[in-house]
Amino acid sequence: MKTTSSGGDVRLTGISKTYGSFTAVHPLDLTVPQGSFFALLGASGCGKTTTLRMIAGLEEPSSGTVHLGEQDVTALPPYKRPVNTVFQSYALFPHLDIFENVAFGLRRRGIRSVKKQVEDMLELVQLGEQARKKPHQLSGGQQQRVAVARALINHPKVLLLDEPLGALDLKLRRQMQLELKRIQTEVGITFVHVTHDQEEAMTMADTIAVMNAGRVEQLGSPTDLYENPRTTFVANFLGTSNFIEAEIDSKSGDEIVLKAGGGKLVLSEARCGAPAPTGGRVLVGVRPEKISLTHADDAGEIPEGRNRITGKIADSSFIGVSTQYVVDSPVCSDFEVYAQNIDRDPRLVPGAEVVLHWNPAHTFGLDASQDAEAGVEEAA
Amino acid sequence: MTTLTEAPPPLAPAASEPKPQRRRGRWTPYWLLLPGILWLLVFFALPMIYQASTSVQTGSLEEGYKVTWHFATYWDALSEYWPQFLRSVAYAAAATVLCLVLGYPLAYLIAFRAGRWRNLIMILVIAPFFTSFLIRTLAWKTILADGGPVVGALNTLHVLDVTNWLGWTAGDRVLATPLAVVCGLTYNFLPFMILPLYTSLERIDGRLHEAAGDLYARPVTTFRKVTFPLSMPGVVSGTLLTFIPAAGDYVNAELLGSTDTRMIGNVIQTQFLRILDYPTAAALSFILMAAILLMVTFYIRGSGTEDLV
Repeated sequence: MKTTSSGGDVRLTGISKTYGSFTAVHPLDLTVPQGSFFALLGASGCGKTTTLRMIAGLEEPSSGTVHLGEQDVTALPPYKRPVNTVFQSYALFPHLDIFENVAFGLRRRGIRSVKKQVEDMLELVQLGEQARKKPHQLSGGQQQRVAVARALINHPKVLLLDEPLGALDLKLRRQMQLELKRIQTEVGITFVHVTHDQEEAMTMADTIAVMNAGRVEQLGSPTDLYENPRTTFVANFLGTSNFIEAEIDSKSGDEIVLKAGGGKLVLSEARCGAPAPTGGRVLVGVRPEKISLTHADDAGEIPEGRNRITGKIADSSFIGVSTQYVVDSPVCSDFEVYAQNIDRDPRLVPGAEVVLHWNPAHTFGLDASQDAEAGVEEAA
Repeated sequence: MTTLTEAPPPLAPAASEPKPQRRRGRWTPYWLLLPGILWLLVFFALPMIYQASTSVQTGSLEEGYKVTWHFATYWDALSEYWPQFLRSVAYAAAATVLCLVLGYPLAYLIAFRAGRWRNLIMILVIAPFFTSFLIRTLAWKTILADGGPVVGALNTLHVLDVTNWLGWTAGDRVLATPLAVVCGLTYNFLPFMILPLYTSLERIDGRLHEAAGDLYARPVTTFRKVTFPLSMPGVVSGTLLTFIPAAGDYVNAELLGSTDTRMIGNVIQTQFLRILDYPTAAALSFILMAAILLMVTFYIRGSGTEDLV
């Protein structure tokens, strides 16, 4: 049960889970480094919770092994694993008060004097006053903190969080995200967090594994996933992406020149995640906030060397910090553009002819054989 | 139905409408309660008052009974029949414990392990109710018959030696002994134990078991610390539903017992229907009721289940 300072990684090797003919998790390898805040992100039914439950021992893998540090725990029942779980909707014991809920794990391991530890832990989650209340007397946010305290007090090697913030309202959820991040930094325990909320994952996690249909689509830091998505699913699930199907015209140095609807676009080869033979096709992606919008009358003022396409504003919505435009262009029917509300051009209203332009460095290229809309539904 | 016909047209001024509706609404619950209250009044309250008055009457069948506020009947009845009272409580308690021991695992199985067999097992639990209480109890007379296979087996296994020594059976017989009566009571009231137990077990959130396992509780500890405490409402209502009718039962003692196993129910029955001493029978009934009420109150207080649910 003792935590060692090194070699505490969670290692999943070829782990899979099938229910009859349905495969919830395809064989997958995953290493969660010790002390990291790791998020498993995906839509419901993508296998993220099943993966988490296999780490906890609540679900038996159909194949593969689970290692915690050097120890193979695949065959161990949950009560013998040095991991603890914060359950979705908490699963607090309704017949025990808050103190006894938090003390539960310590008592099961035969620890006699739990008072000091429980009080310290309740202090950490700011619930010192509530120790003698029953769970149903607390608010959702407080129950959530009890669930975290009940798990953390055991100093697990890994803390597993199964959509722990799902039942909270938006404001409380934001607050608890920061709180959990603070606790994780403070105690230094590995957190594996399952969520379907991409913003939550990006706010909290050091590393995110995006899962889709029982497979890990991509693994990386939040910035990496956002800036360099390798599949359209990741590009659409994390934030919004615009895609243009383009033909490869020529290459010069590490730059690929593409033809799309009569215009030319430039893409850095390093940011192209697909083979790029001349004459082949790629999906060119760009995030809505990287794009500038200029009225067609001022097209001459746009600096040289930027990717540009023309279009007509189809719709615009003002949302305070920014204005979101939908632009109808020959290469893509609903191009999304987010413009900061700094100097608003009054001519940019629906119906206006515009030029969209952006720095070629913000362009990424993906394999054109995939569905450009993958992951759009799930992210909604 | 009436609200439908009287609903105002959509554009009618709303202010005039709520008044009559509210007035009718205020009396609706009472009208709905009326049949139940009348039923209770006629079939429960009136007989109770009648019995209470009977219990303080004196007289004889030939001369008729009069209310003389003769409370001594209570004391006389108690001092004469206290052994039957004690026996009733003892048999009912034994049957209740047996029902709990037999019923809990079955209720647990139905609630957590039965899967698609759940409904079938539930039907099997309830099935005995399709035949008469009397017939089922008479069947036990056959099962426990002298020299029958059950008694033979118990004899061979030397179980009867133990029960004889405990005073539950006598010689080579099971029939007409306390054991037979307790067996009959247990059998007849077992479903009343299983059903509430099942209901409260089934309501327990499965994730609590997972959470306990996750927090280092072995399966046995999980049961002791989580499942059983959370099933207490079922245990309490199951034991009450078994104990209360068992304590007043007379059919099992009548059919499976002997004169040495008479319970208070048998005494009351005899007083009412054979000896025709109505005051004593009524007094005994009230004493039984008061005793059970007292025991149940202490039991519920002690189990502390008001807090649960």
